[in-house]
Amino acid sequence: MSEKIPVTVLTGYLGAGKTTLLNRILTEDHGKKFAVIVNEFGEAGIDGDLVVGADEEVFEMNNGCICCTVRGDLIRILDGLMKRKGKFDAIIVETTGLADPAPVAQTFFVDQDVGDATKLDAVVTVTDAKWLKDRLKDAPEAKNQIAFADVIILNKTDLVTEAELADVESAIRAINPYAKLHKTTRCELPIENLLDRNAFDLDRILDIEPDFLEAGHHHHHADDVRSMSFTIPGDVDPDKFMPWINDLSQAQGPNILRSKGILAFKGEPRRFVFQGVHMILDGDLQRDWKEGEARQSRLVFIGRDLDEKALREGFLACAA
Amino acid sequence: MDTISKPVSLREHVVPVEAGEHVVAVAWLKQTLALALSDGRVLRWRDGAVESVTAHRGGILSACSDAERLISGGDDGRVVATSAEGEPTELAADPKRRWVDAVTLSSSGSIAWNVGRSVHARDDKGKVKSLDVASTPQGVVFAPKGYRLAIAQMNGVSLWYPNTEAKPEFLEWKGSHLDVTWSPDGRFVVTSMQENALHGWRLGDKPTHMRMTGYPAKPRSLSWSHDGLWLASSGADAAIVWPFQGEGPTGKAPRECGARHAKVTRVAFHPKALVLAVGYDDGCILMIRLVDGSELLVRAAQRGSGITAFAWDKLGKRLAFGAEDGAAGVLTLPG
Repeated sequence: MSEKIPVTVLTGYLGAGKTTLLNRILTEDHGKKFAVIVNEFGEAGIDGDLVVGADEEVFEMNNGCICCTVRGDLIRILDGLMKRKGKFDAIIVETTGLADPAPVAQTFFVDQDVGDATKLDAVVTVTDAKWLKDRLKDAPEAKNQIAFADVIILNKTDLVTEAELADVESAIRAINPYAKLHKTTRCELPIENLLDRNAFDLDRILDIEPDFLEAGHHHHHADDVRSMSFTIPGDVDPDKFMPWINDLSQAQGPNILRSKGILAFKGEPRRFVFQGVHMILDGDLQRDWKEGEARQSRLVFIGRDLDEKALREGFLACAA
Repeated sequence: MDTISKPVSLREHVVPVEAGEHVVAVAWLKQTLALALSDGRVLRWRDGAVESVTAHRGGILSACSDAERLISGGDDGRVVATSAEGEPTELAADPKRRWVDAVTLSSSGSIAWNVGRSVHARDDKGKVKSLDVASTPQGVVFAPKGYRLAIAQMNGVSLWYPNTEAKPEFLEWKGSHLDVTWSPDGRFVVTSMQENALHGWRLGDKPTHMRMTGYPAKPRSLSWSHDGLWLASSGADAAIVWPFQGEGPTGKAPRECGARHAKVTRVAFHPKALVLAVGYDDGCILMIRLVDGSELLVRAAQRGSGITAFAWDKLGKRLAFGAEDGAAGVLTLPG
């Protein structure tokens, strides 16, 4: 099996600095060659041999899964790029500012050919420190992009006061406390903070602790998009948990943007690790629980209008 | 009695061709074999002698041919014709360098291609007509007779007469349609779909649907038998061959030819006999006779050398193939 090509998805609301970041990635001296898939409307200022225009052609799969939308244009373009394997080391997919990242991410789990040749590395979201709070009020897409991110770049920090910066950071954390957050001006940050994150690799979900201390985040409970996590300080019964998580993702898939979990199954020496995008769940038994490591079961959901009480009770009922 | 039969093989009749890059398509231009490569070059092979011409300033994405020209579409936004002799000729160029994902030729020499969501048809006199469709097509094909084009896209197929102002007929079926083929008798249009299936329509005043499902992978290679009664397809661990006698395959089981522990990637029916060339993702090629399923080995499995292209010459004496790792070859049938 040849190595799968990593794909980084770059999202961010209009004007946040995506093009600046893309140009930094392409021009910096890091010895890597990229194929870049850009949206047709954002083509200004990016040049190179392997820059491809995409049309964001989203379609629904005929598999009975109502939120299972994928990007047909992406499947087509990746198929074309794979004929030139060896000419680039990684792929970057830039989405429009108004795009929902879910169909992009789901494409990598739903399409077999894409999944065989490439792997989704991480969703990187560029945000604008000055305008993000306004966008969170008026643009649901901006909220989705934060909720979905594995890496968040809080850009243009030079345009706000320290108090404003703390405020916008806490607004981001209310939605997504798990993403790595980098504060920048002009998207200046080492490129290794963006690439090779393996954020969707089950083997790398070593830890789903929040990236920052959660103090203060409970003040934001009125928000419609937010994260929640639940812990059972011990084993769960897989015969209860698997039907529960499957039914839950079927019923509430449209509202669950991302999910992750590390679970201790009764009588199983290995950790069960899973992650999901809307209704698509990907899970497997991973390494053994280490000696001295507390066998506990933890779930994280980031989603819209989730019923925290019902989720907690449903999960706690799966305890072994 | 000697019951041990010698393994039957055609391997000794294969001459290797070193293409060096992923082979996108192969085509016979009379005695010359043209190989369209993913780095934009076209190789011309003739009885062992090879020359290379640059057709695209990027990669070749799609190609088709009649016996005279190889028409290629590239990621440089150009449509180029390469003949057996001389330099390639540019037929069209998109100023925005959008990809040309699909190209096709008619028997009378008309050409059609896409750039993004626009489809262009150029008749044999060079007059170009254009049509915008709802999503980027990956498959276009001319009707066997008449100047009419089938365009596969999201949620169906457009049937378009480029020389009329009439609105194209739309054959609707939800989902993403990839490749499209028209049966030699003109009665059926069949697409390959994202959902690992074929979808077909029997044309007429009220087109009827045909669903051909059960593939583990996308059936991206389709080939009609010379008599037009069978459609072979890739996408499974055997070539799946559907019967198109009478009303078509609805309610009938397909033939499965050459089942192996590998995925079929290319199929090509012999131009004069019910013999099918089957190429697999492990590099193996089998020649299979449809009537009794008997198999001849053309190429043994070779890791990383999955088959990407086939072409029979006009008389069916030679079969050319290409692979993803740049290997290629020509089989000359004995006798």
